[in-house]
Amino acid sequence: MTHSRFDTRLGLGITLAVTAFLIGPVLLSVTAGLTQNYFVGLKSGLTFQWVVQVWDLYADTIWRSYGVALATLAVTTVIGVPAAWVLTLFPGRLSRLLEELLTLPVAVPGLATALALIVSWGSTGWLRSSVAFIVVGHVLFTLPFMIRAVRASMQGAELVVLDEAAATLGASRRQRFFDIIVPAAKSGIVTGALTVVTLSIGEFNLTWLLHTPLTKTLPVGLANSYASMRLEVASAYTLVFLLMLLPLMVGLQWLATRTHRTGSLALGASS
Amino acid sequence: MSLSHATPMLARGGRHTALSGRRAWLIIAAPAVALFLAFWLLPMVKLAGLGATAPTGETANAYWLVVSEPRYWKSLFNTVGLSLAATLATLIIALPVGRFLARHPSFPGRRVLMSLLIFPLAFPGVVVGFLVILTTGRQGVLNTLSQLLTGEPTVLAYAMPGLFIGYVYFLLPRTIGLLTAAVEGIDKQWLEAAQTLGASTWRRFVDIELPALTGALTAAGAMCFATAMGAFGTVFTLGTRIDVLPITIYDEFTNYANLPVAAALSVVLGLSTWAVLYAANSLAASR
Repeated sequence: MTHSRFDTRLGLGITLAVTAFLIGPVLLSVTAGLTQNYFVGLKSGLTFQWVVQVWDLYADTIWRSYGVALATLAVTTVIGVPAAWVLTLFPGRLSRLLEELLTLPVAVPGLATALALIVSWGSTGWLRSSVAFIVVGHVLFTLPFMIRAVRASMQGAELVVLDEAAATLGASRRQRFFDIIVPAAKSGIVTGALTVVTLSIGEFNLTWLLHTPLTKTLPVGLANSYASMRLEVASAYTLVFLLMLLPLMVGLQWLATRTHRTGSLALGASS
Repeated sequence: MSLSHATPMLARGGRHTALSGRRAWLIIAAPAVALFLAFWLLPMVKLAGLGATAPTGETANAYWLVVSEPRYWKSLFNTVGLSLAATLATLIIALPVGRFLARHPSFPGRRVLMSLLIFPLAFPGVVVGFLVILTTGRQGVLNTLSQLLTGEPTVLAYAMPGLFIGYVYFLLPRTIGLLTAAVEGIDKQWLEAAQTLGASTWRRFVDIELPALTGALTAAGAMCFATAMGAFGTVFTLGTRIDVLPITIYDEFTNYANLPVAAALSVVLGLSTWAVLYAANSLAASR
């Protein structure tokens, strides 16, 4: 199959333009975060002073975001992997309905989910004022991604047959789960884990309504800095955030190419 | 009783034991279901109920207010218009990118290019808003260039045009991957046959590629539309004076403490985005 030269050139041109549109602003932000004075430009010199200032002002939000992400990951793994196995075992209509239901917190805007949580659980004082409230929101939002990733790796492996064979040989349910199912779903669990952590670290829409002054996460701090800090500090903070995302995204893409799944990563930050 | 009758009954019995063996697994899905019920479904039901109450100083319930008051209509209208425009623009831009990437599965730098196109997928809306300010804001590149070239300032960031740019920015990385996979899935034989018969590139695109891609375009479009409708972070960074539904909900909740109206609007917004996604997914699945 040959493609017309014009077609190829047009496609290449648009692709490069889109790449510039997506990456140009990022480069701009990185530059701004490392320049002495953004309005004077690069000739004012490069500096790490803004990054240091960000660290002094916002280090707590960075650690808290990692903490929330890890707690979210722990919960989604412990409840998501078993749920994915049950959905694999029962591929019927009821299962599909259950999966559809569990995906609702992704389909419905985060604002609505956050309001619902506040209306029902906001008066439970210890929960409202603790980081756990944010973790609950993040678990609702990320669980479907974990389940989907784990299910994808369970379907390829003929696990149901394997599991039933082990059952006839007398292996207990617990043994089968930990010795057969979990190892077989390993790649899915890793993909799911990276997705969950990436989404949790960047989650804003839920977190903005669920946080208190004492439970600010990184995106909440970012929003504050965008509203009140000079451009260089806001950019340096963004740079720190991007550096946190980078290894996660590289890992996700490496996994996606390794498992030969074409198309997009099953991920979409809260916009 | 003949043997031919007995066999299916035996088989049915065997399947029955396997199934009851499987049923014992159901319990391990309980934590996920319990969490969903306690922290999402029941709270949502309560929120929906709250929308049926009257806000302080009003006699009508909040759903009625949302439907009858023009300012809520205007907000909804703005949101739908913006989301439709951003969706259309995204599909039109992403389709040639998807075609190019699908037709050129290996060239030097493709991996890097893909990574660059996918990286913004992980940016939350607030960051996208900030990037829009950096490029088209008061101190943005666009304004600097515009003043240099024409002497006139060009500031887009803090109103609808800036929001549109931000929405296209976060929708593009989500769409390109989907469309690339869809183009890869087109049966090449059709295109080759059409070429042999002398059809031009444009004719092949219109008569073969586009019809083959309708399902993927619908699904991607619905995803874009639903994402844009519910987006909050981007507009929150760009300025809370832009009148779109998520900002209206946020304002009613925080600034006016009008929980019933915030609840009613959330339910309307939630139901509409879910319905769009559900309809598009069913449509794509039935193809």
